[in-house]
Amino acid sequence: MKFAVVVFPGSNCDRDMYHAVKDSLGAEADLVWYQEANLADYDAVLLPGGFSYGDYLRSGAMASTSPVIKQIREAAEAGKPVLGVCNGFQILLEMGLLPGAMLPNEHLKFMCHYETLTVENADTLFTTHYESKEKIRIPIAHGDGNYYCDEATYQQLRDNNQIVFTYDNNPNGSVGDIAGITNDKGNVLGMMPHPERAVEALLGHDDGLRLFQSILTHWREHYAINA
Amino acid sequence: MRKVKIYITLKEGVLDPQGKAVQNSLQSLQYNNVQDVRVGKYMEVLLEESENLDEQINRMCDQLLANPVIEDYSYTIEEAG
Amino acid sequence: MPSTLEISPEMIEEQRLYAEMGLKDEEYTSIRSILGRRPNYTEIGLFSVMWSEHCSYKNSKPLLRKFPTEGAHVLQGPGEGAGIIDIGDDQAVVFKIESHNHPSAVEPYQGAATGVGGILRDVFSMGARPIALLNSLRFGSLQQPRVKYLFEEVVRGIAGYGNCVGVPTVGGEVQFDDAYNGNPLVNAMCVGLIGHKDIQKGIAAGTGNTVMYVGAKTGRDGIHGATFASEELSEESEGKRPSVQVGDPFMEKLLIEACLDVIHHDALVGIQDMGAAGLTSSASEMASKAGTGMTMNLDLIPQREQNMSAYEMMLSESQERMLLVVERGREEEIAQVFRKYDLEAVAVGEVTDTKRFRLEHKGEVVADVPVDSLAEDAPVYHQPSKLPAYYQEFQSMEDYLPTVKDHKQTLIDLLKQPTIASKEWVYDQYDSMVQTNTVVTPGSDAAVLRVRGTNKALAMTTDCNSRYIYVDPEIGGQIAVAEAARNIVCSGGRPLGITDGLNFGSPENPEIFWQMEKSVDGMSEACRELNTPVIGGNVSLYNESFGGKAIYPTPIVGMVGLIEDLEYITQSHAKTAGDLIYMIGETKAEFGGSELQGMMEGRHFGKAPALDLQTESARQQQLLTAIRSGLVESAHDLAEGGLGVALAEKLFNQELGCDVTVEGDVTTVLFSETQSRFLVTIKPENKAAFEEAVTDARPIGTVTDDGVYRVRQGEVVLEAQTSELKTAWKGAIACLVKSKA
Repeated sequence: MKFAVVVFPGSNCDRDMYHAVKDSLGAEADLVWYQEANLADYDAVLLPGGFSYGDYLRSGAMASTSPVIKQIREAAEAGKPVLGVCNGFQILLEMGLLPGAMLPNEHLKFMCHYETLTVENADTLFTTHYESKEKIRIPIAHGDGNYYCDEATYQQLRDNNQIVFTYDNNPNGSVGDIAGITNDKGNVLGMMPHPERAVEALLGHDDGLRLFQSILTHWREHYAINA
Repeated sequence: MRKVKIYITLKEGVLDPQGKAVQNSLQSLQYNNVQDVRVGKYMEVLLEESENLDEQINRMCDQLLANPVIEDYSYTIEEAG
Repeated sequence: MPSTLEISPEMIEEQRLYAEMGLKDEEYTSIRSILGRRPNYTEIGLFSVMWSEHCSYKNSKPLLRKFPTEGAHVLQGPGEGAGIIDIGDDQAVVFKIESHNHPSAVEPYQGAATGVGGILRDVFSMGARPIALLNSLRFGSLQQPRVKYLFEEVVRGIAGYGNCVGVPTVGGEVQFDDAYNGNPLVNAMCVGLIGHKDIQKGIAAGTGNTVMYVGAKTGRDGIHGATFASEELSEESEGKRPSVQVGDPFMEKLLIEACLDVIHHDALVGIQDMGAAGLTSSASEMASKAGTGMTMNLDLIPQREQNMSAYEMMLSESQERMLLVVERGREEEIAQVFRKYDLEAVAVGEVTDTKRFRLEHKGEVVADVPVDSLAEDAPVYHQPSKLPAYYQEFQSMEDYLPTVKDHKQTLIDLLKQPTIASKEWVYDQYDSMVQTNTVVTPGSDAAVLRVRGTNKALAMTTDCNSRYIYVDPEIGGQIAVAEAARNIVCSGGRPLGITDGLNFGSPENPEIFWQMEKSVDGMSEACRELNTPVIGGNVSLYNESFGGKAIYPTPIVGMVGLIEDLEYITQSHAKTAGDLIYMIGETKAEFGGSELQGMMEGRHFGKAPALDLQTESARQQQLLTAIRSGLVESAHDLAEGGLGVALAEKLFNQELGCDVTVEGDVTTVLFSETQSRFLVTIKPENKAAFEEAVTDARPIGTVTDDGVYRVRQGEVVLEAQTSELKTAWKGAIACLVKSKA
């Protein structure tokens, strides 16, 4: 299985994502510059964290208008796993692949520390290696992580089991303690916490690794055997 | 040339943490009659004349400058010397 | 005609306009004799910035020469953008500290942000990838609204820049003292990693080669304000007022990636960032170091504003700009590397063999001066030094002995002192984990980052207790280096070297100059004894509060150490109940310059704690050996607030308890700040081996799981819930920031 890590100008967790997949998961991965990407060659698309275009205007807004976005949309439509973390999540929201928007953190400060998350849906292709309602420790690092959507959208997210992770101690004011959501098909996941930062016990926790393992398992079950 | 002044504000009902913080600060400075503060963005875009200027500006705002999920916008067009 | 020529060389001399740029009469005379004629306006501008203390170290050079700068592993000492030390496996660590005090006092967010940007460029211009940022901050009392504002904005500025460029901010220190009320200190340190073969130099070698400009366009940012003070000089003086330098971390991020790409290109000859004194210093230094000359056509400089004069372009301190020298004829290859990142590399000049620095603008030659005269020939001043009256008084005082009635309350009060209290409010705003190498995050003695692809790690810290340096600069200077080394050793590292950020008042005040001299002496002695050469640094002078009161002398030590095996990484907090607690070193009644003295008396006086460098070194080596032998569970140095505070800090992480027995005067044992002491926890089964390895270690108690901090001397003399102590310590700064002044 081959992962593409899409690098935008200002992405800064791209290498972390790459190392998580390549070194910790042991899968194939490439860093692909946003202007040179050919995502058709890859089985999964990862949008890393950082400050694409400096987060000027709105976090993720300018990246969401770049030409590679069309390819990301196509990958999502083709049912490939698409994961956006932090700035990647913001890009997925701005491009409309996921519902809602991001506001500045309630207390207006950038925050970086571990949070405890609850796995609300362990049946997505990103979460099969977790137990339902399992508590996991994953770091956050963001200034604009206050997830917002209107009441109707929130109800829809709940009804469709699209809420995948919630915060146990909501750090940023997100609606419904939301830390991560999928699209209705379940193959696009956006989350503010950084699973790629929690893949080695040496650095504190390795709860994030199972997210990547879940993607690999899904691919093996659905594609590798058939092929 | 035309100068377009674009004002972007958070939609009614969307929590505005910055506005709240500014409101609290004003109140702590004894401006007790302050009822609400909303913080928005202001942009100036310099454009060449064109027939469908309004349509163009609306498209710009919808596509990039504002996020319709959380933001509203308004604008004025001025002569730019 | 360029507008600068409206001001004639004669006017500059007759009206002493050079004085407004900070040049002295004798310096002007010297420049005139170097040129053999009167300098024009642009030329006098070049000299004024290159001969400033910041660029020439004209007041501090005689002191800086005292520092030991050589060592077997030093690959690059002072003189380039940053120093470099070998760490084996063809890798090296690059680091430097730099101050941004004055800009931060005026506009704290941008001042701090651009300070971070500048130190990053010093490191990646060497060819190194920046892997960590640290910062050493000093503020006045948080009771003051202005100080509170400066504190909040400086932290936000550091976060805003560092988080965006994707370099983790992993540590540092923040101290508070009235001495910094009008003059905060903002010193930023950057650590980078480099392969030996990638080391770059800022040289303009090869006659005929092309000088290229990359990065942000040049505006009128940060041009020396005094220059425009005379209203009658120009009708446009309003538009020429100097503006605050504004940082663009997004541009910096693009520059980092592009520059780290371009260093692998064989057409690149030299690269340097445009820091202080912008284009002037980078260009003239690159030529001077290579023994060449340079010609630039200023019409080609990318400009952000209209009608900029040669003077303005050369003195602008616009951020995020780099100067490159590339092989002639291969400019397009280099430009292509930058184009990927939407950056434009523009040819602006040529390397010559004339040893002259020649600038053309709008068809005129606007400057033509010997290049070495700018970079090398600044005067060196040996300032007079005088023993300060306060120091003589302090030395003749009886030893200060505080009277403490309630030890528990005193401990709580100490834990709430902003200098001691948890800095979580600060470091939570910094992305300390990006790049996924941070093993020990902020809050321990030193930050630790693994070196990816190896079994090694780097430990890093900044330290300087300026109270000790104020009461006794020489001993205080020794302590600053020793304390930094303690923090590295406690983390399992071998100290490699230091970068120094020397922050003082006016060197023209003989008593201040004496402080500078003595603290540099003290630091040098400690560096020699602890085998930590000084590989670079920065000098910031004229730091004075309102009313001309100088700050405490604050020579900050930034130290990096090598942890040779990931197994050696050690943290400061106790891990397991049942572990034995040891103290290394004895305690004497030493309260001069202590946190307790400041808290109780509102000022610092008396004698600094004594330091014996041989004892210090021996204990550090023994402790490091014990750590490397796997005998130590946790290690923490005793610093501000003494044993009482160190013991509490050791328990906070897991809210453990302790049962400790002390001998002698309880106040002294708990709160004295005697040097060269450590607090260590070990497994009971390692008792014999540890005691043999560390000869000055004495058992004082055990770690308990009841969450009670208990100290006995026969009967219990201090008992508190660890959680109660932690609450006081953890919430103090947030509480001060939130409170309405």
